[in-house]
Amino acid sequence: MKDDVTSREERVENLKGMGCSRKRVEDARFTQGKGNYVDDIKLDGMLFGDFVRSPYAHARIKNIDTSAALEVPGVLAVLTAKDLEPLGLHWMPTLAGDKQMVLADGKVLFQGQEVAFVVAEDRYAAADGIEAVEVDYEELPVIVDPFEALTSDVVLREDLVAEDGSLPDGAHGPRKHHNHIFTWEAGDKDPTFDTIDAAEVVAEETMYYHRTHPCPLETCGSVASMDKVNGKLTLWGTFQAPHAIRTVVSLISGIEEHNIRVISPDIGGGFGNKVGAYPGYVCTVVASIVTGKPVKWIEDRMDNLMTTAFARDYWMKGRISATKDGKITGLHCHVTADHGGFDACADPTKFPAGFMNICTGSYDIPTAYLEVDGVYTNKAPGGVSYRCSFRVTEAVYFIERMIEVLAIELNMDAAELRRINFIRKEQFPYTAALGWEYDSGDYHTAWDKALSTVDYDGLRAEQAERVEAFKRGETRSLMGIGLSFFTEIVGAGPVKNCDILGLGMFDSCEIRIHPTGSAIARLGTISQGQGHATTFAQILASEIGLPADSITIEEGDTDTAPYGLGTYGSRSTPVAGAATAMAGRKIRAKAQMIAAYLLEVHDDDVEFDVDRFVVKGAPERFKTMKEIAFAAYNQAIPGIEPGLEAVSYYDPPNMTYPFGAYVCVMDIDVDTGVTDIRRFYALDDCGTRINPMIIEGQVHGGLTEALAVALGQEIAYDDMGNVKTGTLMDFFLPTAWEVPNYETDYTVTPSPHHPIGAKGVGESPHVGGVPCFSNAVQDAFRAFGLRHTNMPHDHWRIWKTANELGLHDMS
Amino acid sequence: MIPAAFEYYRPKDMDGVLSILAEHGDDARVMAGGHSLIPMMKLRMADVPHLIDLQDVAGLSGIEVDGGQIRIGAMVTQHDIIDHADLTAAAPILREAALQIADPQVRYMGTVGGNVANGDPGNDMPGLMQCLDAQFTVVGTDGERTIAARDFYEAAYMTAREDEEVLTSVTFAAPKGGYAYEKQKRKIGDYATAAAAVQIVRDGDICTEASIAMTNLSDTPIYSEAAGAALIGTMVDAAALTAAVNAMLGDIDPTEDNRGPIAFKKHVAGVILRRAIERAWSRA
Amino acid sequence: MSNKQHYKLTVNGKQEEFLAEPRELLIYTLRERLNITGPHIGCETSHCGACTVTIDGKSVKACTMFVAQADGKDITTIEGIGNPDALHPLQTAFKEHHGLQCGYCTPGMITRATKLLEENPTPTEEDIRFGMAGNICRCTGYQNIVKSIQAAAAEMNAAKEAAE
Repeated sequence: MKDDVTSREERVENLKGMGCSRKRVEDARFTQGKGNYVDDIKLDGMLFGDFVRSPYAHARIKNIDTSAALEVPGVLAVLTAKDLEPLGLHWMPTLAGDKQMVLADGKVLFQGQEVAFVVAEDRYAAADGIEAVEVDYEELPVIVDPFEALTSDVVLREDLVAEDGSLPDGAHGPRKHHNHIFTWEAGDKDPTFDTIDAAEVVAEETMYYHRTHPCPLETCGSVASMDKVNGKLTLWGTFQAPHAIRTVVSLISGIEEHNIRVISPDIGGGFGNKVGAYPGYVCTVVASIVTGKPVKWIEDRMDNLMTTAFARDYWMKGRISATKDGKITGLHCHVTADHGGFDACADPTKFPAGFMNICTGSYDIPTAYLEVDGVYTNKAPGGVSYRCSFRVTEAVYFIERMIEVLAIELNMDAAELRRINFIRKEQFPYTAALGWEYDSGDYHTAWDKALSTVDYDGLRAEQAERVEAFKRGETRSLMGIGLSFFTEIVGAGPVKNCDILGLGMFDSCEIRIHPTGSAIARLGTISQGQGHATTFAQILASEIGLPADSITIEEGDTDTAPYGLGTYGSRSTPVAGAATAMAGRKIRAKAQMIAAYLLEVHDDDVEFDVDRFVVKGAPERFKTMKEIAFAAYNQAIPGIEPGLEAVSYYDPPNMTYPFGAYVCVMDIDVDTGVTDIRRFYALDDCGTRINPMIIEGQVHGGLTEALAVALGQEIAYDDMGNVKTGTLMDFFLPTAWEVPNYETDYTVTPSPHHPIGAKGVGESPHVGGVPCFSNAVQDAFRAFGLRHTNMPHDHWRIWKTANELGLHDMS
Repeated sequence: MIPAAFEYYRPKDMDGVLSILAEHGDDARVMAGGHSLIPMMKLRMADVPHLIDLQDVAGLSGIEVDGGQIRIGAMVTQHDIIDHADLTAAAPILREAALQIADPQVRYMGTVGGNVANGDPGNDMPGLMQCLDAQFTVVGTDGERTIAARDFYEAAYMTAREDEEVLTSVTFAAPKGGYAYEKQKRKIGDYATAAAAVQIVRDGDICTEASIAMTNLSDTPIYSEAAGAALIGTMVDAAALTAAVNAMLGDIDPTEDNRGPIAFKKHVAGVILRRAIERAWSRA
Repeated sequence: MSNKQHYKLTVNGKQEEFLAEPRELLIYTLRERLNITGPHIGCETSHCGACTVTIDGKSVKACTMFVAQADGKDITTIEGIGNPDALHPLQTAFKEHHGLQCGYCTPGMITRATKLLEENPTPTEEDIRFGMAGNICRCTGYQNIVKSIQAAAAEMNAAKEAAE
């Protein structure tokens, strides 16, 4: 018996557990300039390495003369493919099962490709050394168009053609042409084609989802330090998946995995850019082994945009069929996927086009067929999931455009067309025609809430008036109403079908409770701004009844963290978050036994209540988790080991399927192509909400990246394979001035299979935002006959649309 | 992005600057705020073995508004312009234009002298100075001379300033009437897709003077005398606007870049000029 | 290395003297020579503002200034804006209003905002968006940055009023 003056509400509040907008614990160091990013690392005697890069997109290397570079004061070594070959490190495996040159081996396949690695005492000497390396190139014909690649005689990858000219299978099966990588199919071809052929209404469209780049504000980089005395390699870097990097480094270098320590320090944004393994990482390791000193490599912004990890570049051809009253009957999608010079897509092994087969979207489509052809071109490798799960942004863009095009074909309102085709609440769990089992959803409720909040009917009326005023010559501005309803597929994933390079995509959490009732938890994930140190502590606080403020979350050091596959594809909360909850429950189970012992009752006679175990029916008899923690270490309890620790490796039974309803209202200056986003409403359903403040922040950020991609951000090439958008002058990152305020809203449909019902949110706003912004632009011109025009909708392309519709003849 | 090594000089007076220029010729360059030159050096697209920093040279940073005459020293920054109440009262188009250049940090460093002397067709001040019919004072070992802004620009990065001369100030008569600086760009920090500087004098309903210059629509700024002439003597009605726009379109020669193709740029140039004239007229 | 010159700077109130090549960019002087790693490198072409510091009362992108240009100047970085015992209201507000995520842009963002509020203590939302347009953030979408700066302005004005 003891006095307890705090009310239950106060005890809940003290925990700062799930559901509260806990302020972030990370912010103290970031706001004071005390973050620790990879470029902040400074080691004794550290050298600096940087690349000689190819100015050509396709060329044979006839000779590399490093002699003048080696004369430059401060330059210690210049590595070329010849130096790496004896170590077997001149090529490295990509995440997609292809091989990528670490340093150009005889030829270059894209502009900016790594040709030689100059190691110097500081970055100035390295830069001077790079200037002094002379490379003799013989230019080869350049292919930047994937359709041309598939018919061209030019062989981009001689290493993938047998001596007799035959084409060995690639990592994903047979290849049709020497520049072809794979064909991947999902769904039923014949029934789909039969359905579409027999349909009352069919809409067809071809769309290009342009190449872009995640462009986190911090570029990629690494510091390798080979301790030759102890045989230990430490590798710091911008790694979204540190354990996977450790395994890959071990496999390619032959250094045993226990002798490699990989550390992801603070990461300045990732968005998919930092999932892959890059030549720079390998070269710092090699250079450190060669010189015996720590070696740092940090990309500059041009290197980053030109070489590491593009996203998208999908040519998508669709056919969608429906009854004449708008019920969708079938969907066919064909993708020509431009993967650049190497297939370095960051997708689970069995999914060379990621989860593109979520392209039936939020709709109950009885039959569907998807076919993807991957193609080599003279562009940079990558194909990462830029703020989305694997290729989900492409899939959602495709279906949300096809819906709009079908609405035009049917002469129907696009919101209504969506409504009559949504998967209904009672259909969940719902197995889609392309194979996925959607866990939960209530699309109609979300849609109705969104449309009523924005007064959809009122907006349409205003838009119709605007069109009439435009036709009368009273305005030169049109109004677009962008709609999108998206279903994400995140949380890769079940080990039975998701692995990367054979590494199962589970994740993990290890918890140690300290005797005084605080704790440390370590995870296999790594935050790049998502606030894991804040939110995972909240999950634990609710699960184990210790205040979040008393729980340290640690990630990113492979010597201490349990093995995990890292943070991307919105997988942290669905997978590691689940592992955290499950580990917490193990703690709680042991705590229950200890509490029962201390309270001298049977285990079953105590129950968990916020921050304590109480005797059932006698709430005045309890032991707090703090007391239990102390007892766990310091009291001999018969039959129970001392200590209070737990580990959980969580293999999710299914993906999670967050969804949302977005509406954008945009005014467009027909004469200049300038857009003005008047309103943006975003309703997200990410299941159980762990920290509403952080969710809202993720939505703002994801929408802003969506705005950028839809309205101007691209990696563009000229015919010679030169990157035209290599600096932030031309690569569009919006500033505060170009970004609107967003209205956020939510519904809560928990995931039935996740321990706490959470689904993940970081990428939803990007996935749903891109089609919403694009649809707004396209919708503005619907009244004048536009069916579809490709992104990015920058000023001149919008102007071109208006021009082709004859709208400049009306001024 | 690391520039090649260079010798750095920070002379205290113009004689010091000129003697270094005389000694090193093409190998030396002067630098004001450096926000055009330094990125070029970092990309190793500009090789400057001898870099002369003008920041300590006396007498280059004043703004003088004296009666009808305005003198702006070469080292005056865009920020100084925005912040200068007397200048804004006398020539408000300068502030309107300066606010549309780059971003706050760059405006603290970016100077009028650098902007006009560099010859970068993307810079906004050259067109503006042509609109104002400014005179650029340059000084060399043979002394000072002035060059009209309208005669200064020969091609991209090619100007009437000799290599061994330094641009020290910009002078112009306080403009009369209405003004507008209208610029379309893709985002903050971008150069213009098209920009127009317009000064208009109105007497009753009639336009009596008009000066028009365009930016980033040729390899130099374009002072379109014909466009201005098309407005003079008119009521700046629809026909006059169209005539001015058509005259301007005859003078510009845009090229395709990431901002768009030629047809688009010409169209936008027309729209921007039309808007600039309308705004200037409404203020006249 | 050749061509080293003697330079003197005041950084966060502390006098620093060293030898360096004139081409050394100020951002590297701060980060690598003086171990002041708050200011970051994002774009290197003066677009992103991650390297923003205050030099003689001006917000400057330290990636676009040579150390030689900065000789003799008074420089303030995020490290000089507050300390753990006395945070600047902007530092508190950014945390309170979730004005940051990955934290990479934050030092430049806050450093720029101190100057913005000095020049305009009562900015409108539009003033803030325009005045902060030299700083790119990839994570937050700016909405909470704007909110943080508004909150800090209110806090600072209230404190000033209370002091008067």
